[in-house]
Amino acid sequence: MSELLHVSSSPHVRSKDTTQKIMLYVVISLLPAACFGVYNFGMQALVLILVTIASCVLSEYVFNMITKRKQTIQDLSAVVTGLLLALNLPPAFPWYLAIVGGIFAIIVVKMVFGGLGQNFMNPALGARCFLLISFTGYMTNFTYDGESVATPLALLKAGESVKTMDLFMGTTAGTIGETCVIALLAGAIFLILMGVIQITIPASYIITFAIFTFLFGGHGFDMTFLVAELCGGGLMLGAFFMATDYATSPITTNGRIIFGICLGILTGVFRFYGASAEGVSYAIIFSNLLVPLIERVSRPKAFGKGGKA
Amino acid sequence: MGILTFKGGVHPYEGKELSKDKPVTSYLPKNDLVFPLSQHIGAPATPVVAKGDHVLAGQLIAEAGGFVSAPIYSSVSGTVKAIEPRRTGTSAMVQSIIIENDGEYKSVEFQPVEDVFSLSKEEVIERIKTAGIVGMGGAGFPTHVKLSPKEPEKIDYIIANCAECEPYLTSDYRLMLDEPENLIGGMKLMVSLFEHAKGIIAIEDNKPDCIDLLTKMTADEPKIEVKAVKTKYPQGSERQMIFATTGRAINSAMLPADAGCIVDNTATIINVYKAVKEGKPLTHRVVTITGDAINDPRNFDVLFGTSFAELVEAAGGFKNQPEKIISGGPMMGFAVFDYNFPVVKTTSSLLCMTKDEAAQYEPTACINCGRCVEVCPSRLIPSRLAKLMDHGDIEAFEKMDGVECVECGSCSYICPAKRHLAQSIRAGRQTVLANRRKK
Repeated sequence: MSELLHVSSSPHVRSKDTTQKIMLYVVISLLPAACFGVYNFGMQALVLILVTIASCVLSEYVFNMITKRKQTIQDLSAVVTGLLLALNLPPAFPWYLAIVGGIFAIIVVKMVFGGLGQNFMNPALGARCFLLISFTGYMTNFTYDGESVATPLALLKAGESVKTMDLFMGTTAGTIGETCVIALLAGAIFLILMGVIQITIPASYIITFAIFTFLFGGHGFDMTFLVAELCGGGLMLGAFFMATDYATSPITTNGRIIFGICLGILTGVFRFYGASAEGVSYAIIFSNLLVPLIERVSRPKAFGKGGKA
Repeated sequence: MGILTFKGGVHPYEGKELSKDKPVTSYLPKNDLVFPLSQHIGAPATPVVAKGDHVLAGQLIAEAGGFVSAPIYSSVSGTVKAIEPRRTGTSAMVQSIIIENDGEYKSVEFQPVEDVFSLSKEEVIERIKTAGIVGMGGAGFPTHVKLSPKEPEKIDYIIANCAECEPYLTSDYRLMLDEPENLIGGMKLMVSLFEHAKGIIAIEDNKPDCIDLLTKMTADEPKIEVKAVKTKYPQGSERQMIFATTGRAINSAMLPADAGCIVDNTATIINVYKAVKEGKPLTHRVVTITGDAINDPRNFDVLFGTSFAELVEAAGGFKNQPEKIISGGPMMGFAVFDYNFPVVKTTSSLLCMTKDEAAQYEPTACINCGRCVEVCPSRLIPSRLAKLMDHGDIEAFEKMDGVECVECGSCSYICPAKRHLAQSIRAGRQTVLANRRKK
């Protein structure tokens, strides 16, 4: 034999899944919501989406270059972050501030903590909250058909009613990607079918939030109100696409259930008792911080040591 | 209730179609035969022949080196050429007896018995021990030791592990189809050694022909049941097999006997029966020569000591340049840098692959996706354990039950970041176990 043989520790075969493929699936799953956002809010939404993605990818590229690390932009995680951040912005948000948001997400929340998988907080949400605090005016200025209007959640909070059908179709005011429940669910189903995410976190989140709403929402057992609370605001986007972020959610099933419960309760508290109508972003980043604690208490027992096999 | 299985596991490409329909053909060696003195778990065997001695096929050449050990017999007639270290399938150098084949295959006389059930329990175990039978699935645990538990009355199940869950391997599949009567005979014999024992023949459901055949043939055997188990790796792992068939779970500190079980693989049970009935020692086995680099993947019945290099030639040689050659299956086998090593009791296959998937990708950062947790049959958190080992934190590794790992490799297989999780965890286990032995 002319060539040398490879030797290495077993196993000698690998599955076809790669990080890049997973991230690509996430991007694909967000496309329906992104496309609807562009349809609903016009070209300004498209510009924001492109600018934010470019800002995130470039930030990661430059950071890796300056710190002399191996380039990591090919794993597409920066694209996911950029897209998610854009979907969390109001359509009339200034594009130059979106660039600042992208830089913050990648550099401050992700890269300085060690990059992909090491960040303790969802980068897109970290940046959204940063923008919300720093540029509150822009971040809470929701426009629809060129006019400033209240979001469905703000209307609900003010005691008015909203049309459930509009929430499903997405023809309401809100951030670029959060309005159309049908588009979001289509993407979520795709992710679940492709095995990228499991239903655990969204299910435990939504169920907990539903129970919390019945108990403390102030409307009793009112299905219409519950559906409006679930479909309005960023809950669907958050539950399926951001709470399920691998790096910032627990790794075990039990941990994920607890994580979902925390999210449900916190979202309820922020929405019903807080000053703002929205609470999903803060609920998620706060729960992100609880993950190390949750993992401590939720470690499964080993096989043959009392664990459920 | 669904089909019997365990939680976790993976579904790698099976590759069994390459060789499953190829009948077993006997192969006679052309060159010298190499008999490593350590072909089993436990003390190495002690040579009882010297350089220059003439030996017959079936003659004892090395006796057991203790209770947990097994004797070794020559598979051919010829002359002892040397006793020296040779490389084996695990790439270790092992003291070996080299015999020059005289090509006559003159054999010693054996003492067959008419009815194996007329023998006493002690006689049966003695015949198994004398024949040098060890677990032929790969671990090589001496079978007579397994069959001599501390409390024989507590054994409820004898499990025939016919899962053959490693991809590519087909030797057990062929044995089930070709020698089902010996498998059932072996099961009946082993069940008869224990007062309360029942027999379970567990077969993965990707082998429906074996399940049908054995179910039909055991229809009149009240104490033996054929059970289909789910096709999933590592279904054939001892702990997972016991759980799937009996619902009992054991950990690394326990033996199957602690759960009232004795588990043996297909080839082992067939050879138990043949050894007891024919009085013949273990001198040959079925091996699979396969992989996409092999011209004509085949199953051979081979005399121990035969070099795999001869078998590769007999299988038509390489059709493509192999990049990786593995002794055993792709999930737990050993990569070798030279395939000129002998067939021994525990070598089930030589897998020649044109592509080394393990080296195809660079490992990247863990994304915490949890796939390793999902597939771990031991219910561990492989990504964390591997990280602890990379940081050298043995204490935390032990606290997180790292030793419970069965080294099946499912975590490395599934990892999208292509991290070598099993490798790090294996290193950790070995360190912990070595530390414990020192204490």
